[in-house]
Amino acid sequence: MLRELWESLTDALEALGSVFQFLLRLIVNSPRALLRFDLISQQIFNSGALSLVIIMLSGLFVGMVLGLQGYDLLQRFGSEEALGEAAAIGLVKELGPVVTALLFAGRAGTALASELGLMRATDQISAMEMMAVDPIQRVVVPRFLGGVIAMPLLAAIFSVIGIYGAQLVGVQIMGVDGGSFWSQMRAAVHLKDVNEGIVKSMVFGVACSLIAVYQGYYATPTAEGVGRATTYTVVTSAVVILFLDYLITAAFL
Amino acid sequence: MNQSSAIVEIQNLDYTVNSRPVFVGLDIKIQRGLITAVMGPSGTGKTTLLRLITGQVIADRGSIEVAGENLRALSRANLYVLRRRMGMLFQNGALLTDLSVFENVAFPLREHTDLPERLIRQLVLTKLQAVGLRGAAELMPAELSGGMSRRVALARAIVMDPELLIYDEPFVGLDPISLGVILRLIRRLNDTLGITSIVVSHDVKEIATVADQVFLLSGGKVVASGTPQELKSYPSETVKQFIGGLADGPVPFHFPAPDYFGELLSRSGDL
Amino acid sequence: MHKSRTLNLGTGTFVLLGFAALFFLTTQTTSRGLPFMSPPHYDLMAKFDNVGDLKVGSPVSMSGVEIGRVTKIDFDEKDFKAVVVLRINARYSQIPTDSDASIYTQGLLGGKFIGLTAGGADTYLKDKDQIDFTQSAFVLENLIGQVLANFTKSKADAQAPDTAPSSAPADSKTAGKPKAAEKAK
Repeated sequence: MLRELWESLTDALEALGSVFQFLLRLIVNSPRALLRFDLISQQIFNSGALSLVIIMLSGLFVGMVLGLQGYDLLQRFGSEEALGEAAAIGLVKELGPVVTALLFAGRAGTALASELGLMRATDQISAMEMMAVDPIQRVVVPRFLGGVIAMPLLAAIFSVIGIYGAQLVGVQIMGVDGGSFWSQMRAAVHLKDVNEGIVKSMVFGVACSLIAVYQGYYATPTAEGVGRATTYTVVTSAVVILFLDYLITAAFL
Repeated sequence: MNQSSAIVEIQNLDYTVNSRPVFVGLDIKIQRGLITAVMGPSGTGKTTLLRLITGQVIADRGSIEVAGENLRALSRANLYVLRRRMGMLFQNGALLTDLSVFENVAFPLREHTDLPERLIRQLVLTKLQAVGLRGAAELMPAELSGGMSRRVALARAIVMDPELLIYDEPFVGLDPISLGVILRLIRRLNDTLGITSIVVSHDVKEIATVADQVFLLSGGKVVASGTPQELKSYPSETVKQFIGGLADGPVPFHFPAPDYFGELLSRSGDL
Repeated sequence: MHKSRTLNLGTGTFVLLGFAALFFLTTQTTSRGLPFMSPPHYDLMAKFDNVGDLKVGSPVSMSGVEIGRVTKIDFDEKDFKAVVVLRINARYSQIPTDSDASIYTQGLLGGKFIGLTAGGADTYLKDKDQIDFTQSAFVLENLIGQVLANFTKSKADAQAPDTAPSSAPADSKTAGKPKAAEKAK
């Protein structure tokens, strides 16, 4: 039993090393891949624009719930006017980056993993190698960069829509004063908080995109292999996101 | 670059996968300008051989020379340069699914050359015409039948005018008509373009009609080589079984198992 | 190739939305608006004994209407007072020179803000003027301390009833009443 534990540990370490080597390879190949901006642009569309609907809807609902719960909690202390700052800080620092990243892993991450996994399974990657085209540059790096660029933008959109959702519930429905909603928010939210949120979403973007393309590129070239790649993408991304969230929050404190 | 008559020279090759020896002391010489067939039972590593020739995997021992270049000595960049002189047809075509037929065939041109759009168009249409699919240029791979996608893949493989064409199991799953089409194309392309073709297959009847040279692999070695005629009368049980398609012989019908009656009569788990 | 046109349109729209959201978050939710976006203004100074947790960016209001913001909070080492800079919107240029500035709390647990109460002078505050009359922030701990002090004091008084009320020290409220009642007779 101890032997199995040791083996899983060494397997995990090996995997970690492999992933970081892959990341290095992607970074090294990025400058050249940037020359083919049309490919990256296409991937920004796939990962970002196509995720807009789910991100905006989720942002709206999360913001509205935040408005409800926040109002309920604050009015016990007579501090309903602080709803604006509570919603803004909660969204900008935590909910925006984290929820967006989780949704991204589910929607865009799985798409990336399954696309690459399928290309692997149908020999498209080998065919490219045979045609003397580096698949990393042509297919993997654009997808990676597309995700990295799309994520912070999605998180920002989520937070903004969330704030308006909280305002919708708090001001329009629950009667919090609109002026205080925004003015207290402005007084309490600092650029440092917004920066923390942006840093988080950028780090999450790198992590999720890396995990997705790694799983897809190294998927076993069978049907179950691709399926497993997509599942692992979501699960691993979720755990990594939440772990990194803690690290970054602590670092900013 | 020495113009020997062998475009591919494999000498004393050893290759092991997961501590299972795939090739031991393999020697193969593939002549220029001919269609050479590589045959053998399933699992003998025919596809692995192709991956060794194209440099996708490196041998443990021995040497492979392709068009005079020693594969082991090549850097990644030079390997890519060498690969531009080869064309490979994969078993399932391996077309890029997000590109149209035209774009698939144009892919190598767009990636490796700076040719103007007009010229690319002419080249692509010419190659598609050669495989009989010029009219399908605007279709997407998902809309093609198996035989059609393989033909498109063939057009893509020849678009850069390679010296060497490699076919990995091109006949698998094709109906008789498509099969005949591919056979005819292999022969015609080899002769009109003056190239060398290597066909990996286990369809004995089919390949015998077009091949000039045949290598029969089994147990990690070449067990027979020669023209299709020579192989038909080769004095070896292994060859006879393969060529004749016999169910039993040196490659046994039965997977190793304990005594038949013993297993039937014993109670389960009780052995 | 119209497929790539819609694609570029879509990507462009997405990227635009994203950057607009980032811009919104950095400028509209924080107190640091863009410098060129703030309306014309003038600055006033006010010194306080204690600003509590008044923050830079806290509102400055008069009669409940927000007329400006706190832009700087400094410490004067010479007289040990907090120096607060109030940036007032130029529209409100008729604040009398004898007005006072007090630090209030929004709600029970809300943030602090500065409220200006108009004085009666005919001259008005100009840029770089100082507000002379100030009242510091209400600090909860001090009030609790005061209440406890008063409480223990009144208890001590109640336990020693023979001590003449008039000679009792300045615990004004309770002592004043009997005196006034006597006088009224």
